[in-house]
Amino acid sequence: MTFWDSILIAVRALRVNLLRSVLTTLGIVIGVASVIILVAVGTGASSEVDRQIKALGTNMLVIFPGSMRVMGRSGGAGTDMPLSEADVTGIRDRVSGVTEVAGQIEDSAPVVRGNANWTSSVSGVHAEYADVRDWPIKSGRDLEPGDVRTGAKVAVLGATVAKELFPGEDPVGAAIRIKNVPFQIIGVLSAKGQSVMGRDQDDIVLIPISTARLRVSGKSQIQNDRVGRIYVKVDSGADMAVVQEDIENLLRQRRKTRVGTEDSFSVRNLAETMKARSEVLTTMSYLLAATSVISLIVGGIGIMNIMLVSVTERTREIGLRMAVGGRRKDIMLQFLVEAVSLCLLGGFIGIAIGVSASAVIAFVADWPVLVSPAVLGGALAAAAATGICFGLFPARRAALLNPIDALRSE
Amino acid sequence: MNAMDRAPDIASPQPPVLGPPLISAHDLSKVYRVGEQDLVALDHVSLEIATGDFVAIMGPSGSGKSTMMNLIGALDVPTSGQLVLDGRDIGKLSVDELADLRNRSIGFVFQQFNLLPRTSALNQVMLPLLYAHPRPADSVEMAKKRLAQVGLANRMDHTPRQLSGGQQQRVAIARALVNNPKLLLADEPTGALDSRTSDEIMLVFADLNRAGITVVVVTHEPEIALWAGRRITFRDGHIVDDVRQTPITGPVEATS
Repeated sequence: MTFWDSILIAVRALRVNLLRSVLTTLGIVIGVASVIILVAVGTGASSEVDRQIKALGTNMLVIFPGSMRVMGRSGGAGTDMPLSEADVTGIRDRVSGVTEVAGQIEDSAPVVRGNANWTSSVSGVHAEYADVRDWPIKSGRDLEPGDVRTGAKVAVLGATVAKELFPGEDPVGAAIRIKNVPFQIIGVLSAKGQSVMGRDQDDIVLIPISTARLRVSGKSQIQNDRVGRIYVKVDSGADMAVVQEDIENLLRQRRKTRVGTEDSFSVRNLAETMKARSEVLTTMSYLLAATSVISLIVGGIGIMNIMLVSVTERTREIGLRMAVGGRRKDIMLQFLVEAVSLCLLGGFIGIAIGVSASAVIAFVADWPVLVSPAVLGGALAAAAATGICFGLFPARRAALLNPIDALRSE
Repeated sequence: MNAMDRAPDIASPQPPVLGPPLISAHDLSKVYRVGEQDLVALDHVSLEIATGDFVAIMGPSGSGKSTMMNLIGALDVPTSGQLVLDGRDIGKLSVDELADLRNRSIGFVFQQFNLLPRTSALNQVMLPLLYAHPRPADSVEMAKKRLAQVGLANRMDHTPRQLSGGQQQRVAIARALVNNPKLLLADEPTGALDSRTSDEIMLVFADLNRAGITVVVVTHEPEIALWAGRRITFRDGHIVDDVRQTPITGPVEATS
């Protein structure tokens, strides 16, 4: 008997009990479908995180005022010792391996165009800000050092603000008002998408940091060289950890922080943090995939059960096949192939469900979902392996039947 | 029956032309262990069946005739003694060698036909060829020829449910013949059929025997045994009667 013969016999046998065959494969269907969905969503999630890391800006360090403790911010830090303009120039001039430095102060304010308005994050930044954040300009021009020096009333809009206030138009050259101060729009940023925290990064208006201090931020500012946070772009050839330590040492010196006391600032490598997050996500998705392997095992037990029933039901057929010359391995192969076919049937149904469910998730959750051929192949291989593992025992039982008893059974 | 070529001389009393022994049993015993007890099913039986013979094996249930049939059919091996079948000592064969011997030398016909459900007559008949070594290249042609031989040329794609009992048994006979066996071994082949259909089936066996095939029919019905040229009767594991007789060649009219 050839392998092809046994496949034909298996297909015929499964067709005879079509409903039972399909119901039996349910465990496999669920297992395979969940493997596909979970891996698809999981890899989609980590690819989304990767995209966000890229969007964040590569080789970037961010300096926040106040120190981070295990339990959160230490009380009052950041207010008593904010970052300053001098910190920005200090880092730029005295730390090697630093390409560009930009400070940012952020405020939430309504942006008004005619009678339309949109409350956005109004960020006073240095001219290097967009460069440091790897954030290209889509149209118009970027802020320039001259704008910052002179405190020009110019603004660069994020993609969301541009879309909300100027739907279908190019805002470059138009005028807006922020806190009653008229600004001229000089450029629009390209879209960056959501941050890891789900915040829309494109809901932003960039204005020169000097203008922000003078015109937009609260009048109660005591120090008007205050900087909210500092973004540092590190040379791609430099060691991020070394640069980070140099910056920390510099700021400690400038603040006269004594050894053993706590820093009143923190330097963070956001990409590293996010990579860790993405690793957690990946681990999670594989853990969930492992859970669906368990449902494959449960499905396999169902297959074994129904194959044992099938062997019992078809004992006479087995006896007949033996009487007309079927060898033990012929009988064994027949039932093994039947079990594997059953599992592959479940595998294909599971793939169909898994792929469509992934597509629905991708559509509803607006979340990138990746279904790779490797995952499909892996899922089918897992289903086939389940068939072999759990079909072996019933097939062996069939092959070891005594032909006389088998022929005599009812 | 129309599809079969029958010998013209209906009432030929001449003794059959017999060849060398196809089956020879020497001092054959089969003991089953049932719980704590040994059950002797066959007790030192010796027997020869010649090639070309038509033999009926009779006896009540528990007489040992079924055990004898299982041994002749190479479905079982003896506890002691020797059984040579088509030149092979079945006691010395492995499970797979026994399967091959059955495939090559024996065609089985059962009381309950043992056809596969929802399978066409053609596929039923091809089943033994599936297990043949080497696999014949013209399986389909061989199966069609045998179906035509039993008068089912126009029923090739019928499933068992679409066939009458007699037709089903003829499919089973075609299946038994498909690999050109030397021995046709029938176990109560008419047990599930009415008397008219039984005669039709026995006529098929008689014709096949005339064509040279050795036929062994196990039965408990005396009317069926009338078709055979030799009648062997078992009782309590022994042969109690072994006679040659002139076989009938057609239905016995109005005698019973």
